[in-house]
Amino acid sequence: MATTAEGFDAHHDQGHGHDAHDHADHKPGFFARWFMSTNHKDIGTMYLIFAIIAGIVGGAISGIMRVELAEPEIQYLQWWAQFMGGGNDLNTALHMWNVFITAHGLIMVFFMVMPAMIGGFGNWFVPLMIGAPDMAFPRMNNVSFWLTVAGFFSLLFSLFVPGGTGPGAGTGWTVYAPLSTSGSVGPAVDFAIFSLHLAGAGSILGATNFITTIFNMRAPGMTLHKMPLFVWSVLVTAFLLLLALPVLAAAITMLLTDRNFGTTFFNPAGGGDPVLYQHLFWFFGHPEVYIMILPGFGMISQIIATFSKKPVFGYLGMAYAMVAIGVVGFIVWAHHMYTVGLDVNTKMYFTAATMVIAVPTGVKIFSWIATMWGGSLSFKSPMVWSMGFIFLFTVGGVTGVVLANGGIDDNLHDTYYVVAHFHYVLSMGAVFSMFAGFYYWFPKMSGRMHSELLSHLHFWTFFIGVNVIFFPQHFLGMQGMPRRYPDYAEAFTFWHQVSTYGYYIMAGSMVFFFVNIAYALLAGKKAAANPWGEGATTLEWTLPSPPPYHQFETLPVITDAHDYHDHRPVTA
Amino acid sequence: MATLPPIADDAARRNLRVGLMAFAGALAMLGLGYASVPLYRLFCQVTGFGGTTMQATESDAARAATLVTGQKISIRFDASVPADMPWTFHPSAPTDTITIGERDIATYVARNLGSTPVTGMATFNVTPEQAGKYFNKIQCFCFTEQTLQPGQEVMMPVLYYVDPAMLDDPNMQGVEQITLSYTFHRAKDPVNPVSTGTN
Repeated sequence: MATTAEGFDAHHDQGHGHDAHDHADHKPGFFARWFMSTNHKDIGTMYLIFAIIAGIVGGAISGIMRVELAEPEIQYLQWWAQFMGGGNDLNTALHMWNVFITAHGLIMVFFMVMPAMIGGFGNWFVPLMIGAPDMAFPRMNNVSFWLTVAGFFSLLFSLFVPGGTGPGAGTGWTVYAPLSTSGSVGPAVDFAIFSLHLAGAGSILGATNFITTIFNMRAPGMTLHKMPLFVWSVLVTAFLLLLALPVLAAAITMLLTDRNFGTTFFNPAGGGDPVLYQHLFWFFGHPEVYIMILPGFGMISQIIATFSKKPVFGYLGMAYAMVAIGVVGFIVWAHHMYTVGLDVNTKMYFTAATMVIAVPTGVKIFSWIATMWGGSLSFKSPMVWSMGFIFLFTVGGVTGVVLANGGIDDNLHDTYYVVAHFHYVLSMGAVFSMFAGFYYWFPKMSGRMHSELLSHLHFWTFFIGVNVIFFPQHFLGMQGMPRRYPDYAEAFTFWHQVSTYGYYIMAGSMVFFFVNIAYALLAGKKAAANPWGEGATTLEWTLPSPPPYHQFETLPVITDAHDYHDHRPVTA
Repeated sequence: MATLPPIADDAARRNLRVGLMAFAGALAMLGLGYASVPLYRLFCQVTGFGGTTMQATESDAARAATLVTGQKISIRFDASVPADMPWTFHPSAPTDTITIGERDIATYVARNLGSTPVTGMATFNVTPEQAGKYFNKIQCFCFTEQTLQPGQEVMMPVLYYVDPAMLDDPNMQGVEQITLSYTFHRAKDPVNPVSTGTN
């Protein structure tokens, strides 16, 4: 492919040396560098900035929801409905609620977690960790990013066009038919679906790029079994994306034709079946939750090993546990649909298969703990976030095993217990791993050290905040509070209030995060090539901070003495 | 780039090959997503999944009749129409007790309350869902579209039997009644009132 060839050619030219000075840090002008970027580090930076912006939007929406939920009855929704250009009636206000939950879910999944984990950290560090000069298809990398941005704008645009009872798509992130077909008149749901098409296409191209890069562009001597675990995690994630997203694309394209062109894939009047949509959605949706957490697993493995000054415990077990999670993740989807009327044998199978996932996940949790065991621990900011991740992800995993039971789920389905469960694994699991990765790699990416004090303050306030938000939601769910409602019986008031106070703590803690970034960029100490010491053995720490615009003009050679998973010191 | 050094050329080719293979995998999954529509229907028809009833021929029915043990089962008949369907639709009798394996006929009554001819298509299933594969229809008004003129009322028969094999299925133990349910939807392409003439 021409793109790659040119990429290689550029390096080759430098070797020949048309000019006397070094080209490695020669950067194009502003527009060419940031809008036509083919550099994996620049694209990674853009993905991270994009994810932070989307996270602010998605987080603000959850704030609107928590404030509304602080008291029973409807307080602010009518104001928001009018603000967004809808009517003043109660139905429009309630539709607004559906729009908020939909936007919050879609933004956090497709425009915050996925761009940050895969687009951001994946782009930045997969090539660095395998000793490659760039991604395999740098221009396609650029296309992936801008497709994701276009998808985000399509979703934002949907908020301002009619969606049935009011402006915006109020279908939930699952976009179940028939609510999303005959139940939502107007173009809003079409724009939301189009947004998923764009983001999905971007992710499929990105997955293709990662698979090619990891298979073909590893430095000489770096076998698959010598790759850092973060690279393993992105490889497994890329395969999940490649196999799951096209199924979503098919399902939502069928929704579009059902809505606009008279097909009846999900309409019983024409011989279709709405339950088929749920099967297709969750065949994508379940692997999707592993797509959101696996890169986090990879980052946590790097960080725990670095700050324990020990090789990660059970490298091969860790790598193949991720492969196992990815494979089994494709055959458990119906545990999201226990209440559609599955017979008892089907429920039995999906219960058992779901519980099996706890085994490879347990391998990972215990291996992280075993890595720390007897290690020379230093509690730097990435490490405390990683340890917070292990604890909170385990809590979310335990409630996951509860919900895996078809019988118990009949009672807990669509309650706040489910909301608490998936926020423990995502807004604590995935988000804690992202903050861990951010503090771990920020000095490498920016060349500046952040403040350890602010990072620790951020950690403790965030940790308290999210636990105060979500732990009471277990109680609400077990008492029968259904999800996706803006109003509730007075008996639920107390824990809803506590949950909303937790949101304020969490929102306040983000001040530390942004102040920290500003401090680091304006006044932070210059970061050394390896600020974390001898435990940080992967290839990105052999480069200066920040790395040169083009790196590894001479490919590093990985020898047995240079064994990343065993973290043996580099001799030679 | 005409002056590609051989190593870059080779790397580009290898990348393109892996990239195309990955992309082909994505396309295959897209195809599978669409293929799931007929596959899902076939799966339900073959296994009776989700209470999908079976379609039987006269010879199937004759074979089942040889296995009659005399045991009885109650059948409940259910009927409904969605809000946009201007029909009344109900069974002639709410329940019937039949001999397992013997064929029986049930009738439903549909009446068009609208002022135009309306074509309907019935969807069906049975509960409990594990009974789907034992509930065999020989003839049914639900196999084809039905058109009713304004004010017209018709009796709609369904000829069926319950397979005696259910008696050997542990999942069917304790099932004393099977509910046969129909929903009459307005057919997707209603007959053009102009072409059928007015009355």
